[in-house]
Amino acid sequence: MSGRLHTIVALVENRPGVLNKIASKWRQRGFNIESLTVGHSETPGLSRMTFTVDGTTNDIEQVTKQLFKVIEVVKISDVTEQETVARELALIKVSTTKETRSAIIEIVDIFRAKIVDVAVDSLVVETTGTEDKVDALISMLTPYGLKELVRTGRVAMVRGGTSTVGAPQRNGQERHFKPAGEGKPKVGSLI
Amino acid sequence: MATQGKIKGAEIIMESLRKEGVDLIFGYPGGANLPMYDALHKYPDIRHILVRHEQAAAHAADAYARVTGKAGVCWATSGPGATNLVTGIANAWMDSVPLVCITGQVVSWLLGRDGFQEADITGITIPIVKQNWLVLNVEDIAPTIAEAFHVATTGRPGPVLVDIPRDVQQQLCEFEYPDKVDIPGYQPTVQGHPQQIKKAAALIAEAERPLILAGHGVVIARAAEELQELAEKADIPVITTLLGLGGFPGSHELYQGMPGMHGMYWNNIAIQEADVLIAIGMRFDDRVTGSLKDFAPKAKIIHIEVDPAEVGKNVPTAIPIVGDVKAVLQQLLPHVERARHDDWRNWFREMRRDHPSIAIPETEKILPQYVIKSIYDRSPGDAYYATGVGQHQMWAAQYFWGDNPYSFVTSGGLGTMGFEVPAAIGVQFARPQSTVWSFCGDGGFQMTMEELALCREYELPIKFAIINNHFLGMVRQWQDTFYDHNLSQVKMFQPDFVKLAEAMGIEAIRVTDKAMVPTAIDAALQHPGAVLIDFHVEHVEDCYPMMPPGVSLSDTIDQPPVAQLQEALR
Ligand SMILES: Cc1ncc(C[n+]2csc(CCOP(=O)(O)OP(=O)(O)O)c2C)c(N)n1
Repeated sequence: MSGRLHTIVALVENRPGVLNKIASKWRQRGFNIESLTVGHSETPGLSRMTFTVDGTTNDIEQVTKQLFKVIEVVKISDVTEQETVARELALIKVSTTKETRSAIIEIVDIFRAKIVDVAVDSLVVETTGTEDKVDALISMLTPYGLKELVRTGRVAMVRGGTSTVGAPQRNGQERHFKPAGEGKPKVGSLI
Repeated sequence: MATQGKIKGAEIIMESLRKEGVDLIFGYPGGANLPMYDALHKYPDIRHILVRHEQAAAHAADAYARVTGKAGVCWATSGPGATNLVTGIANAWMDSVPLVCITGQVVSWLLGRDGFQEADITGITIPIVKQNWLVLNVEDIAPTIAEAFHVATTGRPGPVLVDIPRDVQQQLCEFEYPDKVDIPGYQPTVQGHPQQIKKAAALIAEAERPLILAGHGVVIARAAEELQELAEKADIPVITTLLGLGGFPGSHELYQGMPGMHGMYWNNIAIQEADVLIAIGMRFDDRVTGSLKDFAPKAKIIHIEVDPAEVGKNVPTAIPIVGDVKAVLQQLLPHVERARHDDWRNWFREMRRDHPSIAIPETEKILPQYVIKSIYDRSPGDAYYATGVGQHQMWAAQYFWGDNPYSFVTSGGLGTMGFEVPAAIGVQFARPQSTVWSFCGDGGFQMTMEELALCREYELPIKFAIINNHFLGMVRQWQDTFYDHNLSQVKMFQPDFVKLAEAMGIEAIRVTDKAMVPTAIDAALQHPGAVLIDFHVEHVEDCYPMMPPGVSLSDTIDQPPVAQLQEALR
């Protein structure tokens, strides 16, 4: 797909099957989702998703419109053109020896990353930052031997006072969304 | 407002359907929906029609919905029952038909364990429904069915599916039906943007060669009157897509017929000549546009459409107006100026004179077009028509110049062969007093002919016209035209359709002589019950005009370039 990486943020009802439906729309148009993160939002019952997808602005707009038709999608927008704060978290398990440990710790310090687990022959490094920063840290650590790597993919938020894709308000009041798993589980197709 | 005491989930389903004003269900029983069948007899006001294959239940409910404007309802058991509905659901999806499907599911504790007759039908149908639900609690049945009907019938209508495990159908609960549905992520736009409306009116006022291209949206929104008012006020010629047929009166002097792959030649050229194209409730399907980059090169396009995702999907539009077609037209009408477009109207007159796209050649042979046109000519004005898919469908569309907006029922988007028989059944249930014709392909008919049995059982006086060319005609035409006459698997052994009909308890006539065509049609029309006419038409007759796939509308071929081709094949 010629184009560039787009960041799309969606506010969705937290129900079984939603992820499946959203993924299905991208698949139908032949897109590959580069990264995808989902988690609770500020409104109970609503989750915020960030995904990155490669494509032309026009193609992405077409799919975003289709996604907005998914009943559980409350809001969705392509924030690529907006001023955003975008971050990713990574955990990196790197091999260590007596000789290499201090050099590794030095790199970790320079990147303001953290060591969150230590074993005789390895360290687990945690870092948060832009994808570039994470990439750079990984490339610095690679020569020592990467044992395992996990990255969350991008999460993004528009800068300034407005909400990226805020929960809809009605009559000045936040609407109530029933979270799945609270009270009676709600219906939906299974993921 | 709860009922006295607790009732079973299956009864809650029935109570909910009653609340939605449902009086007809097409269905088929099985292990996973037995509680629903057990409850049925307590609801004599809701009639159940027992089909012979679940696909027919979906198609019949679909056709019923198209004619009545109400949601069609069908149900089936789990597993094979549910998967048999899938073609019908996809058909309703592609043509934006409000269809509510209710499937029984294996008991909830066996979900996901490949229990007997389990199929993940909510997973299977994700891409072909507006929404679906797996109901795991009896208290959720009523609110879910309320949501299902709301979603199916509002905005751009479409199919929905509610899957209910058998144990949930048996659990007890008080019945309480929500009187309002509010879904945060689903708020369809109804009114058009006033600014856009004014801009559209201004553009229409400037136009010298305006053209209205009306689609299924006009029919779905029941906006035929508003459309006529617009066309008459601004003197704009109207063409309708396959699914828009009837959305504008065929007998009206502004009406020009259908454009597209097998549309009227003059319309395909008119689209290329128009300076303002007013597209109403349509989605620029490739069968209408031809090559997109060459589509309507001189036109500024106004697109009135309920589904925002359709705007700019295939062609760039100058003025998109998102909203319900009827509401938007009502908003637009007061802003539209009265006008005359005599030159443009003349252009049509001359084109139609010089390119008689659907003139029928004089011959002693039984041409399929002749049969179809004769049926239209001899039937009452309020008759209904269902079709299959293929050549006969295209001819049925070409010669349909009727005035009733809901009387032409066809599978447009999916092009589902086999639609003709169950669709006619759905139409006849919707309009018991009207004449209903089913135009059948000899191929398509064999896909759902098991449903003929219903005509006898439910006394449906449907008139089946098999346009029997002894070929899978449309495929044969493509193989002749685009695959160097390599006719491959398009001829099949044919059962004796007359005997078959008789076995099903239906009168039948075989027509092998042109002189018999009118007599057979009249006899069928006079007969109070169902009749099947097996018209043995010319085997090799190509459907024209034709715009070959992928080319521009300008390259539409009005008349067959290869008349000799037919000779060669004899
Ligand atoms: C379910 C299905 N299978 C295959 C096709 C492909 N197809 C389109 S038209 C056609 C031939 C239809 O033959 P028939 O029903 O005899 O109608 P005719 O074209 O001869 O009028 C076929 C096979 C289809 N549209 N639907």
